[in-house]
Amino acid sequence: MLKKGIILAIVIAFAAIFFNLFSSFNGNTELSDLSSYYAINEPAQVGAANLVTAIVVTYRGLDTLGEVVILFLSAAIVSFLLKLHYNEQNDEERKNGLRPSSEVLQTATRILVPIIFMFGAYVFINGHLTPGGGFQGGAIIASGFVLLLLAKPEMKINHQLINIIESISGISFVLVGILGILLADGFLDNNLFGLGTFGTLISAGAIPIIYIFIGLKVGSELSSIVGTFNETQKEN
Amino acid sequence: MEYFNIEYISIATGFLLILIGIFGILTQKNLLKIVIGFTLFDTGTHIVMVSIAYVRGRTAPIIDETINVSDAVNRIVDPLPQALVLTAIVIGLGVTALMLAYILKLNKEHKSLDIASFKDLKW
Repeated sequence: MLKKGIILAIVIAFAAIFFNLFSSFNGNTELSDLSSYYAINEPAQVGAANLVTAIVVTYRGLDTLGEVVILFLSAAIVSFLLKLHYNEQNDEERKNGLRPSSEVLQTATRILVPIIFMFGAYVFINGHLTPGGGFQGGAIIASGFVLLLLAKPEMKINHQLINIIESISGISFVLVGILGILLADGFLDNNLFGLGTFGTLISAGAIPIIYIFIGLKVGSELSSIVGTFNETQKEN
Repeated sequence: MEYFNIEYISIATGFLLILIGIFGILTQKNLLKIVIGFTLFDTGTHIVMVSIAYVRGRTAPIIDETINVSDAVNRIVDPLPQALVLTAIVIGLGVTALMLAYILKLNKEHKSLDIASFKDLKW
């Protein structure tokens, strides 16, 4: 009873805080100073049509590097925690007892997975022009991978390949950042070889390159997380 | 009638989601349901952050043919909180994956998902 009272009190206290925040919010009529600076100077400084991408990759590139590191850490800890120790024989027995996934799912997977992968690649290559970017494209690729796992749960995942893709794209991201020190004004500066024409695919300097690496890295990390969870299921 | 504008509605929705999340975290006994509470909390925070950045009558912060480069500052919503939310979503995903991995591990050790049955670190 006391516990329920405390819980109720906590929720009511939060509700009071939120109500105060809500009633003091008056809506915006114009951008804040910092955002106005970004909106005015971004086309000349960074050259990406998508302002969110410009902020994520260039103005706050270090934050994104840290974010990628956090995602890498969580993928690494997940695969460390769920380390496999199942034997092949159990796997075989279990496979024989399993009902195979339905015909509809298997056929749809064969058609849809390549398209989903292609859409993911499209999203992260065009991250500087359209809504989307490396993280979103990577998540789309991982969702295609989930579909693949649903259709063939007994599928063997090539962790070696995933690790290689992930490490190479992670190192390349940092290398592009270091190139910024040598060729441009500082770490992760995108103006490596000129900015290109504003609003076209080859524009915004290094942003498309960085986003391709982030997309590959995020896609392989999320796939490895999903794959590890799936493999742990087989353990008995 | 000002409170029926989109930014007020979405902020209220976000706060409501946060409250439901807190309530779920505090009352549920099942570890998986606690994780669902955390993700609701997460989503609510993201909705609040994005809707605070909204400026009425403006469009997404992407400069294309319809938005002039020189006029962009008067036509777009605030891009900064959106960039922060992008970061926050990814971190939230990593944290959720970690929580689920710990739950799997705990379930393997104790054969239970009830939080009351884990007494190892209780004081």
